[in-house]
Amino acid sequence: MRPFDYRLAEDTGSAGVPTDGTILAGGTNLVDLMKLGVLQPATLVDITSLPLDFVQEEPGGGLRIGATVRNSELAAHPAVRERFPVLSQALLAGASGQLRNLATTGGNLLQRTRCPYFQDVTKPCNKRRPGTGCPARDGDHRNLAVLGASPQCIATHPSDMAVALRALDARVQARTPNGQVDLGLDELLMLPGDHPEAETTLPAGSLITSVTVPALPPGCRSVYRKVRDRASYAFALVSVAAVVALDADGCIGQVRLAFGGVAPRPWRASAAERRLIGAPASAEAFRAAVRTELAAAEPLPRNAFKVSMLNELVVTVLAELTGTGAGGA
Amino acid sequence: MTTLERAVGAGLTRVEGAAKVSGRARYAGEFPLDRLAYGWPVQATIARGRVTAVDIAAGERLPGVLAVLAHGHAPQMSADAEPELRLFADDVVHYRGQVVALVVASTLEQARAAADALVVSYFAEEHEVELTRDHSRQYAPDTVNPNMPADTADGDLDAAMRTAPVTVDRIYRTPAEHNNPMEPHTSTAAWDGDHLLVHDSTQGAYPVRQTLAQLFDLPPDAVRVVSEHVGGGFGSKGTARPNAVLAALGARVTGRPVRVALSRQMLFALVGYRTPTIQRMRLAADRDGTLLGVGHDVWAQTSTMQEFAEQAAAPSRMMYSAPNRATSHRLARLDVPTPRWMRAPGECPGMYALESAMDELAVELGMDSIELRIRNEPAVDPENGLPCSSRNLVACLRTGARMIGWYRRDGLPAARRSGRFRTGTGVAASVYPARTSPSTARAIDLGGGRFRVEVAAADIGTGARTALLQVAADALGVPTGQVDIRVGDSDFGQAPVAGGSMGTASWGTAVHQACRRLRDEGGSEARSDTAETIERQRELSRYAFGAQFVQVRVDTVTGEVRVPRMVGVFAAGRIVNALTARSQLLGGMTMGLSMALHEDGVIDTEFGDYSNHDLAQYHVAVNADVQRIDIAFVDEADDELNPLGVKGIGEIGIVGTAAAVTNAVYHATGIRVRDLPIHPERLREAAG
Repeated sequence: MRPFDYRLAEDTGSAGVPTDGTILAGGTNLVDLMKLGVLQPATLVDITSLPLDFVQEEPGGGLRIGATVRNSELAAHPAVRERFPVLSQALLAGASGQLRNLATTGGNLLQRTRCPYFQDVTKPCNKRRPGTGCPARDGDHRNLAVLGASPQCIATHPSDMAVALRALDARVQARTPNGQVDLGLDELLMLPGDHPEAETTLPAGSLITSVTVPALPPGCRSVYRKVRDRASYAFALVSVAAVVALDADGCIGQVRLAFGGVAPRPWRASAAERRLIGAPASAEAFRAAVRTELAAAEPLPRNAFKVSMLNELVVTVLAELTGTGAGGA
Repeated sequence: MTTLERAVGAGLTRVEGAAKVSGRARYAGEFPLDRLAYGWPVQATIARGRVTAVDIAAGERLPGVLAVLAHGHAPQMSADAEPELRLFADDVVHYRGQVVALVVASTLEQARAAADALVVSYFAEEHEVELTRDHSRQYAPDTVNPNMPADTADGDLDAAMRTAPVTVDRIYRTPAEHNNPMEPHTSTAAWDGDHLLVHDSTQGAYPVRQTLAQLFDLPPDAVRVVSEHVGGGFGSKGTARPNAVLAALGARVTGRPVRVALSRQMLFALVGYRTPTIQRMRLAADRDGTLLGVGHDVWAQTSTMQEFAEQAAAPSRMMYSAPNRATSHRLARLDVPTPRWMRAPGECPGMYALESAMDELAVELGMDSIELRIRNEPAVDPENGLPCSSRNLVACLRTGARMIGWYRRDGLPAARRSGRFRTGTGVAASVYPARTSPSTARAIDLGGGRFRVEVAAADIGTGARTALLQVAADALGVPTGQVDIRVGDSDFGQAPVAGGSMGTASWGTAVHQACRRLRDEGGSEARSDTAETIERQRELSRYAFGAQFVQVRVDTVTGEVRVPRMVGVFAAGRIVNALTARSQLLGGMTMGLSMALHEDGVIDTEFGDYSNHDLAQYHVAVNADVQRIDIAFVDEADDELNPLGVKGIGEIGIVGTAAAVTNAVYHATGIRVRDLPIHPERLREAAG
């Protein structure tokens, strides 16, 4: 670990943070990466003393969540548990109890991939050192992406929380040197393309201040389901956040699906959603919709299992949520 | 055994427990020393080749750096020592992660920053790191650990396989598994003239003293190794590791005390691991389940630096009777870190294969898996014809069967469904040798009814110190509160490593003898040396046995396996401390569960290292994976072991667990996974 400066952020009103600073919130990922030599920030700006640890209930049933609200607090918040069970479940499926007590809402969104090559400075990685190559493609890629990747990078976004937020159409508010921005998750988090080193659209000196979650339409049920190698403290092999409501005819009236563990950012299954809207709540319809979404998958030898695993998981979750019971349990 | 037993058998809590939880107990990296400096190892970034240059001059100009050690720029050490410890002796790189330099600096941060910045140049050659059954670098070792023949043959196994009415012929695979004690390997070394003191995180202070004395060409008395508290080892601290040598070298060169603490990531290359195995099991049986043949062929890896030959087929030589039997071990000498001991080396991977094959045979026969084992229970040790000092496998199987409700079990696979979940129950046998090794101890009468007992034992979190206190108090005929038990110091004299499940038997015998002598003969102190007692032992087959039962719940959609209940029943002689013994077995079974479902050292073929080298990526079982575990003991009085009648329990808990899990998964799903661990996709793929 290299020497670095540390200072507490002062509340700067509308301004972001100094552009030479790296924001420290929970530190559950940043400090690890500093120890590994992956990140070598000159200055850490600790934002945990800023007044960003609020959970505000908005008129109409939505929520505004401060950037430094701890994952464990957010998961336990009565409004989250009651109105957005998918979010509470996703938070509790992430990391371990100790980590959730420290990790923050903003930090969770901006956490880095756990790709073994990104985390090992003795090996090449296009994300860490652009142009050095991506050994994961022929190497240890069991838990890397099958959707949205590029020849340069097959990293996955590791968050569970973000998958639920994506399904909930959450938006992220940030102060940037160019002023306030309000972004959907797909506007915040970028796909790797030819520049895997660029992960977000936020310029240097930006600070995420809050995340807003709009109210769900009436009648929606939601759930987060994660498949992992052990019962806690393991990243998703695949996961799904699903929000569904049936219309008066028993057909799909509302549906939102986001996938985790399979892409460089939470993967909104828009193609599947389009096929499902208005369709009967049947195993056949679910299967056809998921197949449509996963037709774009580009699996590698050791992560090909994710495609069929996700397929069956989503079909089962939709059956459970719509009470069509194909999956049982 | 005539003494009035008072302390032995009781569930005494750990005597050092309060010191540990309050932080007063000092581990090897916690001793404050004046002018302490810090060493940080530099690891090879190629898997095979040579170091062509280390820019030592530039390294020594970095802030705070006191010295940079590398080949050609480090003290010479004895050529007789083991190659892994003769650091910097040549320029050859045998594996990725091998130590090629050491940076010593005034602070840990300076040492680490300088180590990162040190420029090391290599000449790289093509490497081979993947174990296969037909590797060009395969050979037959002369012996396997600890000193057994590599191959054995009795009768004609091939003929038995051809003619037997029922046979099983299967390949099982286990991956590299990495010891991950809570406390990474750490040493603090200080020289005083030609005397060396090392605070070392080790399972054997006395053996490490001998090793360091040899390496530095010193009389053994000039070296003292202290390991009062050790945060786990699982075999990886069974002998001196590079951290001890590096600390001593760094201290020698700088003239200051030096601490070297390995990082979690370094453990995956530098402290050993369980070799991956490929195992072919052949079983031939009559229709009534009588075994006609047992064949066990093992392929494992070793390094190009030194040989390590895991004895995985050993348990198949003694476990069940069969007239025709053949075992073999082949090693591939690969460009990998040297595999070493990990909890129950040999028995653990070997019994996974044997006990899986036994379950497959039971299925082929349409026979109850427990009855198949009982049918083949031998009267004498099948390997050598020796009588057994005691052998209570059958009692363990029957007791465990009652505890888990085995006889109410529906024997059909894939027959119990609840929603997406299927449930099943599996069984496997456990075995581990009951050894006693020579040890010395000293008992001192402090007056006023107080005593001090010294033995160079190691308590690596097992409760050994407490068990020895109980043995001492009973032998002295006083309450435990009157005895001060001291362990973990090579100055206490010869004592064996905390390994091979022989600690309590070996140290305990020495403690018992010294204390009994002091009580019977009086005087201010008494010493013991058990070498003669042990040499006089009859030649017998001495093993502990156990039976493990596992219930699994399998998610048929995702392939996830969870384990709601485990039962372990063990016949391991006298249990000295009911509380810590139970903990040992809970730990062993948890580690076995971890082996079955989680642990998977992933070799990176391009770079040659284990790529998932931290605890976020290398999964071990966590609390949430462990639900209910019940432990029971079969009463066993065995007078042919040692004066204490103990067999040792450190390792048997992990033996057989993985097979019990996979057998339960088969019972739940009808799917047999023969390639550990049972990752969700493996179960889904095996289902087709």
